[in-house]
Amino acid sequence: MDTGMGPRTVAGRLEALPDEQYDRLMGLAREVSFPAGARLFEEHRAANQFWIIKTGSVALDLHVPGCRAAVIETLGPGDLVGWSWLFPPRQWHMGAEARSTVRAREFDAEAVRRLCGRDPALGYPLVLAVAEVIGHRLECARTRLLDLYGPYGSEPPR
Amino acid sequence: MNPAAARPSSRPFPYRVVRRARETADVATFELSPVGDALPPFRPGQFAMVYAFGVGEIPVSVSGLDDGEPTLVHTVRAVGAVSRALYGLRVGDTVGVRGPYGVGWDLASAAGLDVLVVAGGIGLAPLRPLILDGLAQPGRYGRLTVLIGARTPSDLLYRAQTRAWGAEAHIDVTVDHPEPDWRGDVGVVTRLLSRGTWSPSRVCAFVCGPEPMIHAVAGELVRAGTPPHRVQVSLERNMRCGEGFCGHCQLGSVLLCRDGPVTDWGRAEPLLAVKEL
Amino acid sequence: MTTSSSVPGAVISASEGLAALVDVLAEDRTVIGPTCRDGAIVLAEISTADELPHGCGVELEAGRYRLVSRPDAMIFAHSAGPQSWKTYLHPQRERLWTVDRDARGRLAFQAEDVAPPAYAFLGVRPCDLRAIAVQDRVLGGGPHTATAYRRRRERAFVVAVECTDPGATCFCTSMGSGPGVGREDGDAAAYDLALTEVLDDEGHRFWVRAGSPAGERVLGRLPHRPGDAPSRVAAREAVAAAAQHMERAMPPVDLHALMAGSLDAARWDDVAARCLTCGNCTMVCPTCFCTTTEDVTDLTGDHAERWQRWDSCFDLDFSHLHGGPVRASARSRYRQWLTHKLGTWHDQFGESGCVGCGRCIVWCPVGIDITEEAAALHAESADRQAAAEETP
Repeated sequence: MDTGMGPRTVAGRLEALPDEQYDRLMGLAREVSFPAGARLFEEHRAANQFWIIKTGSVALDLHVPGCRAAVIETLGPGDLVGWSWLFPPRQWHMGAEARSTVRAREFDAEAVRRLCGRDPALGYPLVLAVAEVIGHRLECARTRLLDLYGPYGSEPPR
Repeated sequence: MNPAAARPSSRPFPYRVVRRARETADVATFELSPVGDALPPFRPGQFAMVYAFGVGEIPVSVSGLDDGEPTLVHTVRAVGAVSRALYGLRVGDTVGVRGPYGVGWDLASAAGLDVLVVAGGIGLAPLRPLILDGLAQPGRYGRLTVLIGARTPSDLLYRAQTRAWGAEAHIDVTVDHPEPDWRGDVGVVTRLLSRGTWSPSRVCAFVCGPEPMIHAVAGELVRAGTPPHRVQVSLERNMRCGEGFCGHCQLGSVLLCRDGPVTDWGRAEPLLAVKEL
Repeated sequence: MTTSSSVPGAVISASEGLAALVDVLAEDRTVIGPTCRDGAIVLAEISTADELPHGCGVELEAGRYRLVSRPDAMIFAHSAGPQSWKTYLHPQRERLWTVDRDARGRLAFQAEDVAPPAYAFLGVRPCDLRAIAVQDRVLGGGPHTATAYRRRRERAFVVAVECTDPGATCFCTSMGSGPGVGREDGDAAAYDLALTEVLDDEGHRFWVRAGSPAGERVLGRLPHRPGDAPSRVAAREAVAAAAQHMERAMPPVDLHALMAGSLDAARWDDVAARCLTCGNCTMVCPTCFCTTTEDVTDLTGDHAERWQRWDSCFDLDFSHLHGGPVRASARSRYRQWLTHKLGTWHDQFGESGCVGCGRCIVWCPVGIDITEEAAALHAESADRQAAAEETP
């Protein structure tokens, strides 16, 4: 469907898989919902699931002792929540919290990893889709490092 | 020479500050009213050369236009000597204004299409009159989406007004650095592009902000299928005269004061791709 | 024309005729012409033809300029000096407007409105004639017109003198701007009078053509005789010989396309290693038009002025945006100058910004040669193309 930039989200990528692969992958997912304020996961814990958001917003945060949790980025419909399940040590780098009521597809990470191992024809595009998400987020994080809206762009004040 | 067709170079016209609103810690919006004769009417996306007495002159886009009124609205961010002087103006003070200069936004080219406005930081200022024009003619365009990126929630411009736009347009706001009470999005403005309900092949986009942000937004739109000529961007370079004489605003083949500051991505992309052009 | 002979134009002598020309022009104009001063041919106000550089020649090379005595009495047998006519038409510094603030803080702006002098330019070389036309397009051919420039330009009387002894750095032939002024019947806007200096057994004289009614009126007041075939032939041969003597040339390629395709060339690093980014080339270039502004305030604090002065794209501040310059490297600044001059000038103003006068070569302290740089870029481009064709 030609609306928005949907095809460029991870949901859009997966929808582009052949029907048979898509159905097998989605067979490992279940519909879940979180009320606003619910924690999806905490930093340093084992990364055993991941989610693709259908509606609502999820904040990724980092806990700094003595401060409120710092929100690093918010994710919305079509976005992938969590990629740490794919690589060792399979621990979350950050925490995640529902900012509003969130409806999502939840995947069992271990089952997806096994499926990918058994069926590289499905595993490769899936890993590519996740890698693209990681690359895009790295790009965005680097852009934010420039502090482009700061008083002097990327330059120190003179 | 063909002086008959050309407007003579001009001295500034005195304009008085009739209203000043502090937008953020370093941004203020001014409404200026001509003291004597008014300049010719401005169009959204065009700019004026605004002179602070004894300090100097800088190009400033119009951030508001009052149909049929000779008043000009400018939003200035205090970053240099002149902009700091302008930021410090009070109601009743007088400035000098020359203009209108440059090519503005071509909103008419969006007739029948969805309209997508993407603004980063102070880049919302030149886009505001375009948004207001779009809202004023709802039947002419498809869906209007406005995506706004800012450094922090305190740096957001025209807060009350952007909330009000939400009644008739889809407004999405994101910040780089949230503050404790911020419930909105966090991240770069390009992340909001994936949430849109507009159609890439049937949209006309208007983009203004820091150059890397313009690059990222226009690049994603074109990759998603928006024709480059339907992505209009507003660029910034050093400007001294505004009239095509001083040579400072060159970006390759383009004299931005004369051929810009608004240009389409098909033309801008190859120029911005060359480092230090 | 003031002659009924079949040969167009007229002939004036190098003594009485030229003296009368300066006298007639000086009646109601400020006459500017070449003079010998400070070891160079310098443009200055003159009141008699005696002040012209009789018997002066120049030796030019990249980064080198020497005044020499000629073995003959030729007056205009020297090529372009360090200045050009933009010194007068587009002066180095000029006030644009003033503003006064009253006790209540009100501002009153006053555009500069001093009647410019009526100039007569004597000895405009064809390359410089083209340069004036180029600046006409820049400063008056767009949506705005530089008012002060236009007023000076409209009042100026131009006496072109064709080139018969080009310098070693000249390349006007390859830019199509010299050494002659073009059509014999004159190009209406280009000059008021065109002279060609001839010194042979028949004597020292000028073959003169009028290019405007004002030029015809002046010519009519000079002691002259109708144009004769030997003078005309001698003049044409001298100009043709000058074209033959031209030692330098731009590569005979589409320079506009070459520049557009050379933005990533390795040659820019080579030239940047030599370029001092001093901006001399932009100051001596007869078409370089860039300016910046200065705002000054007097001691009362209630009177301020806006001045315009020449600027150079080699200056770091030229491209300054809040935070820093867009063109921070010498490479990017030299590239800006050359690609603008030979390339994007076409996009912006419909023609080349180079007239082949060679001044930038002469006055470059390290002898960078614009024709050599263009040739190197062409060679690099040709190599790149050949390599691309080899790899399937």
